[in-house]
Amino acid sequence: MNLRRIGMSLIAPAIGLFISLAATAVILIAIGASISTVFSSMWNYGTSPRAMSLMLNLATIYFLSALAVSIGFKMNLFNIGVNGQYVLGALAAAVVASNLTLPKVASVTITILSAMFVGALWAGIAAWLKVARGVSEVISTIMLNFIAIGIISYIIVRTPIGTETSLNIRGTAAIPESGMLRGIAFIDPGTPIYGFFFISIVIGIAYWFLLNRTRFGFDLRATGKSATAARTSGVQSNRMIVVTMLLSGAVAGLVGLPYLLGDTGSYTLQFPTDWGFTGIAIALLGRNNPLGIALGAILWAFLDISSGQLILEGVPREISTIMQGLIVIVVVISYEVVRRYQVKSEQTSVAKALEKQEASV
Amino acid sequence: MTYLKSRRFIGAAFTAITMLSITRTITGNGDLTSTVTIAQALVFASPIALAGLAGIWAERAGVINIGLEGMMILGTFGAGWAGWQWGVWAGVLAGVIFGAIGGLLLAVAAVTFGVDQIIAGTAINLLALGLTKFLAILLFTDAPGGGQAQSPPIKGEIPTFTIDSIVGPLTTLHERGIFFISDLAGILAGLFYNLSLLTIITFLLFVMTSYLLWKTAFGLRLRSAGENPWAADSLGVKVVQFKYAAVVFSGMLAGLGGAYLSIASTIYRNGNTAGRGFIGLATMIFGDWRPGGTAAGALMFGYIDTLRLIDTGNQNVKGLILLGAIILFAIGGIMLRRARRNSAIGFLILGSVMIGAYFSATSFPPEVAQVAPYITTLLVLATASQNLRPPAADGVPYRKGDHH
Amino acid sequence: MSQSALAVELKGIWKRFPGVIANSDINLKVASGTVHAIVGENGAGKSTLMKILYGMQKADEGTISINGSDLVFNSPSDAIDSGIGMVHQHFMLADNFTVLENIVLGSEPKNGIRLDFAKARKQISEIAAENGLAVDPDVLVSELGVGDRQRIEILKVLYRGAKILILDEPTAVLVPHEVDELFNTLRDLKKEGLTVIFISHKLDEVLSIADEITVIRQGTTVGSVNPHTQNVSARDLAEMMVGNELPTPEAVGDTIRDEVVLNVENLSVFAKGGKALVDDISFQIRAGEIVGIAGVEGNGQAEILDALMGIESATGRVQFKDEDITNKSTRHRRELGIGFIPEDRHRQALMLEAPLWENRMLGHQTRSPNAKGIWLTPRSAKADTKRIVEEYDVRTPSIDVLASALSGGNQQKLIVGREMSGEPKLLIAAHPTRGVDVGAQAAIWDHIRHARQSGLAVLLVSADLDELIGLSDNIKVLLRGKFVADADPATVTPQELGTAMTGAGEAA
Repeated sequence: MNLRRIGMSLIAPAIGLFISLAATAVILIAIGASISTVFSSMWNYGTSPRAMSLMLNLATIYFLSALAVSIGFKMNLFNIGVNGQYVLGALAAAVVASNLTLPKVASVTITILSAMFVGALWAGIAAWLKVARGVSEVISTIMLNFIAIGIISYIIVRTPIGTETSLNIRGTAAIPESGMLRGIAFIDPGTPIYGFFFISIVIGIAYWFLLNRTRFGFDLRATGKSATAARTSGVQSNRMIVVTMLLSGAVAGLVGLPYLLGDTGSYTLQFPTDWGFTGIAIALLGRNNPLGIALGAILWAFLDISSGQLILEGVPREISTIMQGLIVIVVVISYEVVRRYQVKSEQTSVAKALEKQEASV
Repeated sequence: MTYLKSRRFIGAAFTAITMLSITRTITGNGDLTSTVTIAQALVFASPIALAGLAGIWAERAGVINIGLEGMMILGTFGAGWAGWQWGVWAGVLAGVIFGAIGGLLLAVAAVTFGVDQIIAGTAINLLALGLTKFLAILLFTDAPGGGQAQSPPIKGEIPTFTIDSIVGPLTTLHERGIFFISDLAGILAGLFYNLSLLTIITFLLFVMTSYLLWKTAFGLRLRSAGENPWAADSLGVKVVQFKYAAVVFSGMLAGLGGAYLSIASTIYRNGNTAGRGFIGLATMIFGDWRPGGTAAGALMFGYIDTLRLIDTGNQNVKGLILLGAIILFAIGGIMLRRARRNSAIGFLILGSVMIGAYFSATSFPPEVAQVAPYITTLLVLATASQNLRPPAADGVPYRKGDHH
Repeated sequence: MSQSALAVELKGIWKRFPGVIANSDINLKVASGTVHAIVGENGAGKSTLMKILYGMQKADEGTISINGSDLVFNSPSDAIDSGIGMVHQHFMLADNFTVLENIVLGSEPKNGIRLDFAKARKQISEIAAENGLAVDPDVLVSELGVGDRQRIEILKVLYRGAKILILDEPTAVLVPHEVDELFNTLRDLKKEGLTVIFISHKLDEVLSIADEITVIRQGTTVGSVNPHTQNVSARDLAEMMVGNELPTPEAVGDTIRDEVVLNVENLSVFAKGGKALVDDISFQIRAGEIVGIAGVEGNGQAEILDALMGIESATGRVQFKDEDITNKSTRHRRELGIGFIPEDRHRQALMLEAPLWENRMLGHQTRSPNAKGIWLTPRSAKADTKRIVEEYDVRTPSIDVLASALSGGNQQKLIVGREMSGEPKLLIAAHPTRGVDVGAQAAIWDHIRHARQSGLAVLLVSADLDELIGLSDNIKVLLRGKFVADADPATVTPQELGTAMTGAGEAA
């Protein structure tokens, strides 16, 4: 039974990948590019040591983002506000870390905690609005994303926190080396893998344990499967909503840290602000399961990194975003189709098995 | 038309004008109710109103349309792409068609395949974002006047109308500064100044929606799909067809809203929608899933958008804050009368904070204006979300014969 | 007259669903202008058959003849066109629409594209007057009670010119005087030449109204009887329905102890508008005692149970043994040793898309054998699930199967087994054997009786009067949120109970 289930859960992403590749091929033909050159060029570059290192780094970021979203998705709570939560978390982390002169472990720990705190706080606003005023978290988290950008702009441009860094870019003061987490270059000598990569693995494992081996995780999954049954079983729905959103926001707060602590050391206005949406896509792809999310994050990062080559072939690198968008919509449909088929087929096979049992009695 | 005469509308309009008037008098800022401001507010309100209307069509048929933002984005792109090549009306048409395609995609995913509607909508938003970014680079980079993230200017303009005989005298009356009368004059003048044909179309779409959905058999059946699709099916109503029609039309309206945006800014630009699809959903909730309230909400947002954009002396934001404070106090008062102490206290505190802000600062950083629409959305939803009556089967995936 | 005397004839109807055969070789003949009843147990296949007749499902094999002509129905519209109207057991009404809108939906009188509200109002008033069904067309359905809603369902059908009416368990939610009103209406309809097909499992009622009765058991027709010409009793019908002897639950001696396990004082539950759904009730249950609540659905039973479990807010005082649990959470109450078998198993008691062993943990996820501290213990949970499957005869090939794959009866057995584990001190059970086959029903009653011997206190709500009378030590009758009578199960009869439940005695 279980092998079958695993097989079933791979069908949908496989279909998604296939259709997306096919559609991309069509687009490539339409713009007059050569399919074989494009795909082989992506593959060749993508499997080079440097690209793989960059890919792991990006995948770390995507993994954390998708994890944050998944915690909510598992109970049908849509935290679309990861963008706002992580930029505020990264800003807070940058400010805190740049003011610390502690040994690395202490500094990084405090930095992480501040990022989680701010992320959770920002998500908490949406949680309170939902629980106290019945506001849909989909809309409120999106509004909070925009508000977060405004707040950051204000802080960096109009307060002393933002200073002129090099190249006329405003940002926070640089984090001292003791607060950075630069990482180890174990695949390509010139490209370190973020230190946060290893922390993310730990977080992923912790997420799995939390969800599948603790009482809280059971309550969360039960709420996602049937809110009414969960309530009857003793789960307090308001409490669940708040705790889950806070957790989701806390993890979201970390999304900017691999890049912040492993590379730039300062939060500037150029800090990427759309990693949250990517997380949503990957969470949908990975079906809110840490392993699926990890694979999805790697796939996404591969597409992003290897498509950087495409400009040499005259193809906009954004073709990867179309592929990604298509994968999401096809996969989401396929999952639903597979799920319905699974439920039906299990009903039939159970009925058959029972008939056999009765016959042999 | 009967709605316009109804007590609710008159009461709401009266209250709104009074509050605006008070704010204008205290701040001395005539811009708050001037002809130009109001005219511009209509322009900004229309795309949001269209998004809200799109939301009504979909949700009245029982399908939550979170993908409105994506459909709007598709609309902005369609208008930019067709508009710069073939003129403004081609742009409108393309915007509508692109939006419809988005709607069709949502219908297929959510209605036929039963994907969770919020997930399907989110997926469409992601797809629309990626698709338009890619196509923009592909199609606009080398076009004359275009760039990697924007289209060349759209050719031609939508006709606008100004009725000088009304606008002139009323504007003069506005400049007199008489409490309430002048503000009313300014507002009325604004309605007939540079009135775009697209705005008129938007208004007509609202009227048409009211009529179609509540006065015809078609509308009854569509709404039944959102109230109790199993009952409707048992009476021979083709529920799936209605859901499809509603969602595709929803996409068309959102696409039209997007087209309006591009045309008003004369180009397509990445990120031009800036969350307006979602703000549209908020106006729909605020309007209790009815066209009248939705339009009111959209007008409010359009107004806020306008104030911040034509804020030459940074004064408009101050005015907004004062107005916001007044509104919060008013809502707090209503809550007190309804004996909802906790909510009342919350609103009164917020109102006081805003009054404090108003009096303490001479000017506000532009970021405040930038986030004003989003904070307003949150406030609006926080007040309005409870005690509402969405369609009973809204968001429920429908499968034939699924009921017992 | 050359018109066929048979309004409806079904020949050789077969219908299969994944894992179950709902209808096998059904043959039915309904004469015009009669009230024809179809009786059978829960799950016998009556509803499926009617859905086929109404075009909501398509038979795999067999023919349908209406007034002598063979017809094929692809959708309800086809059935409606041939004069068939269905009044569903679970009303199909849109709460936010008015009576008028609900009635005309799908067959609206039009003026161009405009819906002709005036014409609709006129037509409805005429039909209502003709058939003695009083309604206000402009009221929102959400404001109407059960009897009124049923009247609207009948009007819906008459509005579309139905000559053959199918009523699916129409009296399930009616109070006896409402049942009388309904039967009068049916007799009037018969006089107008209409044919009525009436599905029920309430044998007394069926005998009083039907001209002919067809019995269905396990998906196939067992036989037809004519109560006017043949001497048939409810017991005879029941035996045809079930095929073997009916269970006769009996109270087994005195097991009641002194300790008061549940003490309820002045419990009230209010609806949003202020109406008291549960109106100041008080009662006690002692260890080893089963207290039954008798009452027609909708008189406050569900609210009492939800309030006792902490799911619904209420005023008053609830005491469990020595502890005041009035304001305690649902989880806390469960942890104290209160088991709960809710009325709606799919919505409240199961996660349909989770395996059986996870469902075993539901409601008990903070205690052994499911958890230790904050950690879950799947291995012991799975082992215990196997135990429950054995002890309660849950028919399943394994415990990894999804709950949705089990039949309703087996799901219920799992739920009962789950709630009885861990030695609860108090069991709150709503219709605990609903949908369960007769043999397992007796087994569950045995389990409950056995636990009662060891001191289990039980609050039992059941629509099955035999179950209620057989298991309870003491029966309280609930009407409109208040306890109106006490009954001694040893001496009371179902008729007496029914009268108290409906307040008919008051009027008389």
